[in-house]
Amino acid sequence: MMVIRRFEEEAARNYAKGKIGGFLHLYIGQEAIAVAAAEVLENRDYVFQTYRDHGTALARGMSANAAMAELFGKDTGCSRGLGGSMHFFDVERNFLGGWGIVGGHLALAAGTAFKSKYMGEDRVTACFFGDGSTNIGGFHEAMSLAGLWKLPVVFICENNQYAMGTPLERTSPLKDLSIKGEGYGMVGDRFEGHDVEVVQKHVAEAVDRARTGGGPTFVEILTYRFRGHSMSDPAKYRSRTELEQKKQQDPIVVVRERLLGLDVDENTLDDIDLEVDEEIDAAVRFADESAPARQDVMMSTVLAPETDS
Amino acid sequence: MRELRYREALREAMLEEMERDERIFLMGEEVGHYQGAYKVSEGLLDKFGERRVIDTPIAEAGFAGVGIGAAMAGLRPIIEFMTWNFSFVAFDQIISNAAKVHQMSAGAIQVPIVFRGPNGAAKQVASQHSHSSAPFYTHIPGLYVIQPSTPRDAKGLLKSAIRSNNPIIFLEGETLYGVKGEVPDEGVEELIPIGQSRLARPGTDCTIVTWGRPYYTVLAAAEKLGAEGIECEVIDPRTLRPLDTALMVQSVKKTNRCVVVHEHWPYGGPGAEIVDRLQREAFDYLDAPLERVTGLDVPMPYALNLEDQVLPTEERVIDAVKRVSYAK
Repeated sequence: MMVIRRFEEEAARNYAKGKIGGFLHLYIGQEAIAVAAAEVLENRDYVFQTYRDHGTALARGMSANAAMAELFGKDTGCSRGLGGSMHFFDVERNFLGGWGIVGGHLALAAGTAFKSKYMGEDRVTACFFGDGSTNIGGFHEAMSLAGLWKLPVVFICENNQYAMGTPLERTSPLKDLSIKGEGYGMVGDRFEGHDVEVVQKHVAEAVDRARTGGGPTFVEILTYRFRGHSMSDPAKYRSRTELEQKKQQDPIVVVRERLLGLDVDENTLDDIDLEVDEEIDAAVRFADESAPARQDVMMSTVLAPETDS
Repeated sequence: MRELRYREALREAMLEEMERDERIFLMGEEVGHYQGAYKVSEGLLDKFGERRVIDTPIAEAGFAGVGIGAAMAGLRPIIEFMTWNFSFVAFDQIISNAAKVHQMSAGAIQVPIVFRGPNGAAKQVASQHSHSSAPFYTHIPGLYVIQPSTPRDAKGLLKSAIRSNNPIIFLEGETLYGVKGEVPDEGVEELIPIGQSRLARPGTDCTIVTWGRPYYTVLAAAEKLGAEGIECEVIDPRTLRPLDTALMVQSVKKTNRCVVVHEHWPYGGPGAEIVDRLQREAFDYLDAPLERVTGLDVPMPYALNLEDQVLPTEERVIDAVKRVSYAK
């Protein structure tokens, strides 16, 4: 969680410095979800995320170097500088993207789950998206098919309360989104996302259900992003009081307090923080010093080679 | 050679490829139990079962996306759109996902998928069901676009499309399904390469480039023009992206004039692309401005007399050929 937090803070700093361009959506405040899910999932399982994808990719095991270099638009980046912040990929870890169109990747996740079922493979797909995705057609069609065919997929809605700048009560007649699962014949679950152990327990149930032939689950996790929607968003649509209140439930503070309560030495935790600082500083240096993205890679990857089909 | 209908040629292509490779499956509305809205998939459910011939709800964006995801994970889906008009609700899946992920992932993820189904005007199905869809898709880098005119090309190109490692837009002719034509005998495998034009009729006086439904209009017009002493050379690009202009340029260097005939609207699209390329690649050989005969720039009307005016006619083809030939 600290790696994600520090990575995102450093990304914001380098965005301000002009080292990172385009859109940058930070995961700060939501870290417990990515980390808990990564703990539950196997490497063979498929993972999809929206454009707010750094945390999920890092939790999945992507190196901070490859992630930061991608933000810097470098050839050493996880997508060789062709994807950027919103399009992280790491096929070795079955992290299948970083997708930029709201709701557009849910059907893809149903597709990899379809493949698992078609081939009789013991592989689950986890698909992350926000509360803002639950109104668009892509969400409903993917849920329809996944429910109909009982595909081994877990739909994880990270409900951070805002679809960009619009609060949930102005985008949905429902307060409880998890009941949407019922409409597609799947189990729904809903819980707070600031305690990594709670998230892990609930996601594990859903993943087990998918893995043992019980079909898809719609999981709604209540969370909060401490920053704006993207770097260009000062988040004026919410009050300081609300933000400060939510920061009381910072998933990192929660886990730190729990560990201290379990008699873990404070110095040990501080050492971890220092280690993480060094890792992220090194990632920034690596990204800075890496060679730029290459034109030949850009041109040669428009289409796949037609060999060994 | 034997004679097959266009729909039978397509069916054979799918059947042969599905027998060859278990990763291939067919998914779409009414493809299974109903035997295909246009009967292209007739018999495939009986042959391959529900695992590989999959009926879907009416949810194009959903099942197009499922196909793309399955392809990303290593399967080789054939996704049937009942007609290409319905592909527009799946447009985002094709453009933002299928066409992009290979490059976005720096080549790590391939999408070997075929989207196929009937395209273009049928008869009096009006505005929303008569789109000639090639221009929407030829615009997109990361896609191949194929539009076969004959049963032989339909079979040979569909087989190649299914074996491709890239997303393919395969535009069949809604009015061509019943057309008969020569196809190689059973047991003779023919894979027609993607991206190769074909000489459909040799001639010396004027080049005509055409594909899809107007292909047959042009061949009939060429016969009439031949009787008047104007011998047209007809070239069918077959694949619209990538576009093979070599044969067209070679022909224009001989005839010094060219008419491009297509069903799609005149604004942009492969028709305009062909004209652009020919004026650059054969500029010094042209004796007349390049002409196009296109679908008229209007939404398709219902009334038959109006629909007949919108689609390219033999008369408009003949007029255009005569104009570029400075003949009366």
